[in-house]
Amino acid sequence: MALLQISEPGMGTAPHEHRLAVGIDLGTTNSLVATVRNGISVVINDEEGRPLLPSVVHYDRGGCAQVGYGAQTLQSQDPHNTIVSVKRFMGRGLKDIEDIGRMPYHFVDAPGMVQIRAACGIRSPVEVSAEILKVLRARGEKALGGELVGAVITVPAYFDDAQRQATKDAAKLAGLNVLRLLNEPTAAAIAYGLDNAAEGIYAVYDLGGGTFDISILRLSQGVFEVLATAGDSALGGDDFDQRVFCWALEKSNLSFVTPHDMRNLLTRAREAKEALTEHGEARMTSVLMGGETIDLTLTGDIFTDITRTLVNKTLVPTRKALRDAGLTVEQVKGVVMVGGATRMPQIQRAVAEFFRQEPLNNLDPEKVVALGAAIQANLLAGNRGADDWLLLDVIPLSLGIETMGGLTEKIIPRNSTIPVARAQEFTTFKDGQAAMSIHVVQGERELVADCRSLARFELKGIPPMVAGAARVRVTFQVDADGLLSVTAQEKASGVEASVAVKPSYGLTDEQITGMLKDSYLHAKEDVHARALREQQVDGQRLLEATQSALEENGEALLSAEERAAIDEEMARLRAALQSDNLKAIKLAVDRLNHATVEFASRRMNASIRQALTGHRIDELAAIGDQPSTKADVNSAASSKP
Amino acid sequence: MALDFNQDFFELFGLQPRFQIDLAKLEQSYRDIQSRVHPDRFAHLSQAERRVSMQWATRANEAYQTLKRPLTRARYLLLLQGVHTQEETNTAMPAEFLMAQLEWREAIQDARSARDGHGLMHLETKLNRDLAEMHEELARLLDAEKNFPAAAETVRKLRFYEKLQHEIGEALESIET
Ligand SMILES: Nc1ncnc2c1ncn2[C@@H]1O[C@H](COP(=O)(O)OP(=O)(O)O)[C@@H](O)[C@H]1O
Ligand SMILES: [Mg+2]
Repeated sequence: MALLQISEPGMGTAPHEHRLAVGIDLGTTNSLVATVRNGISVVINDEEGRPLLPSVVHYDRGGCAQVGYGAQTLQSQDPHNTIVSVKRFMGRGLKDIEDIGRMPYHFVDAPGMVQIRAACGIRSPVEVSAEILKVLRARGEKALGGELVGAVITVPAYFDDAQRQATKDAAKLAGLNVLRLLNEPTAAAIAYGLDNAAEGIYAVYDLGGGTFDISILRLSQGVFEVLATAGDSALGGDDFDQRVFCWALEKSNLSFVTPHDMRNLLTRAREAKEALTEHGEARMTSVLMGGETIDLTLTGDIFTDITRTLVNKTLVPTRKALRDAGLTVEQVKGVVMVGGATRMPQIQRAVAEFFRQEPLNNLDPEKVVALGAAIQANLLAGNRGADDWLLLDVIPLSLGIETMGGLTEKIIPRNSTIPVARAQEFTTFKDGQAAMSIHVVQGERELVADCRSLARFELKGIPPMVAGAARVRVTFQVDADGLLSVTAQEKASGVEASVAVKPSYGLTDEQITGMLKDSYLHAKEDVHARALREQQVDGQRLLEATQSALEENGEALLSAEERAAIDEEMARLRAALQSDNLKAIKLAVDRLNHATVEFASRRMNASIRQALTGHRIDELAAIGDQPSTKADVNSAASSKP
Repeated sequence: MALDFNQDFFELFGLQPRFQIDLAKLEQSYRDIQSRVHPDRFAHLSQAERRVSMQWATRANEAYQTLKRPLTRARYLLLLQGVHTQEETNTAMPAEFLMAQLEWREAIQDARSARDGHGLMHLETKLNRDLAEMHEELARLLDAEKNFPAAAETVRKLRFYEKLQHEIGEALESIET
């Protein structure tokens, strides 16, 4: 298996022009970091040669976080301060979390997202996840020997906007530049598809520790097209542990256990579950704090029996995804298995029976997502040519707004290819109505109350008009990360209200900055120095990108004055970069960005003309690195019918 | 002719504005364009380039989705002719058609209550046959006869059929859970 070579830390650095990028699988149970080295995607191990980082964070009284195996050993000893499966809380309110009573944490209800009170104070799931990401980032930087250009972070395909936004915030907090949020099954499909030159319809069945995703993709001629995705963002191996735990309590006639015993028993349950994958039966023994002993034998038959409903629960979204894709099981060429929980024999059997074929298990189900993310990160960082694969992904859940009577009106249906935008017009229903409030929700249900509330915002200052005369145009834009932004405009008067969906349910930039400051108090790193360095790298990169764009087709697409205006802003940025003035650099970056908007759009137009006239970018480049000229572009356009 | 952001969807893909189109060509053009404009190509570039890329990729997706499906393609063609299909406002459908709709609804509802998966699949097959017929009708009205008002009425009818399709899907989903 070429893809599965594992590297050791500090194995030597990549060639000079290679941009350092990593793929990160931020899992419920385990997280990993991978990178492409010498054309091969490899998982980066820790210093002891271990590829996985358990997604467990322990806080001591001083607020110091320990992450991974070390934290895992503190689980039953200090359950309140050892946070496992934090991913289940990302972007979730207190009322969204099932089994809340069975968890040993002190939850604090906060608008949008729960928080956890640990010995050192209150932490949000975003901060806890950032601790995991920081460790992975450090691991990546150490192994690659330099600062990272960016990272691709994977998320369950079925994550909604709030969960995605929380993940992106966590990455920012960990000092990572997010090149893309990538859906986990899609990442797996890339790793599998490229490695096996796969063509046709494939399903990716991803059952991890806490989430289930099913994606249906069409792979053809270098295009990975997600046709449909479905899942359950609160279903995974953890639930199988729970079933075993409940079974053990029942068998031992226990109805209540302490948080300490609970953690302990859940761990025993998980061990028994994993042992059953290899053996026909597993013994589960434990002595509880009160002196009671548990000594049970779990057989494969009992296990299959007590978890049957969970297995079936994965088939419901599977059917739905197939239906949405307009396909039948006969059309599916292969089923790629992802996630540690797919090792369970009853899952293998259920999938084989449903798809009427043996599932594909030839990639390590725990690593394939990180490997695919690294391959995509390498592409996004600009390390590859233009003729590479194209990824077309979708939004997993419909987006809509609240209308009269608490009903939802869908604006962007689920499984729309992203990026996608839709505009909708609304009007006032009272004379002189000056404001209009818009409530954005995500989900498939008809009642607003059954969907996830993403944002509420108010459009104020509508000029006085009779009912029904105002025309408010609301535009929903979902970007390539699957994140939504909403803008609204009153057309008669031009009043504009722009809202990122973030404020009500995500973190504001100020909050992130505040958290960053807090964390630097512990890390002894200077916030300002870091921000300056990041801004300098950013500015340098922008200069290089602009320079190469100008070399490519500056002459063909810009007049002398336009060219001079861009040159001037470049000179300004170059000068600013000589200083240590953060604000000046940022301003110069913004100005240069602004000055190149028209150029960027002309470049894009020229590129599209080439597409229509049948030239490929690489063909044109092969003509001798000649920039296409204005005359070329015009004749190309006029040769169209 | 200048190619710009405001050109129509057919032009964008180098197609003639007709109802009957070469779907393979549409798909190929869409892929060619997406591989040039997609945000994944611009992730490492400037903010200006990333923004333009997102706008174009969004537009290419919208154009492709519109032309791919017969109903939206017909509606869009009519729009290019200045004919609005008035699906929300014009509800004056022939009585016969409305009767048939009621019968469909009832059949779906009955199958749903009886949790009759096979019955629903059967209804779906039948519905797909009807849909294919309406698509042929649209091809005739739009491409050959250029009878736009009649085509607009067929689009309105199609809209009802799409809702039925949706209902069958929901019914199937509900009996699976
Ligand atoms: N051999 C095994 N048999 C059964 N379950 C397993 C086995 N190995 C791992 N698992 C389960 O897989 C889950 C973790 O899978 P993983 O893909 O690492 O999850 P995540 O993506 O959520 O981090 C856990 O519930 C774990 O118990
Ligand atoms: Mg996973």
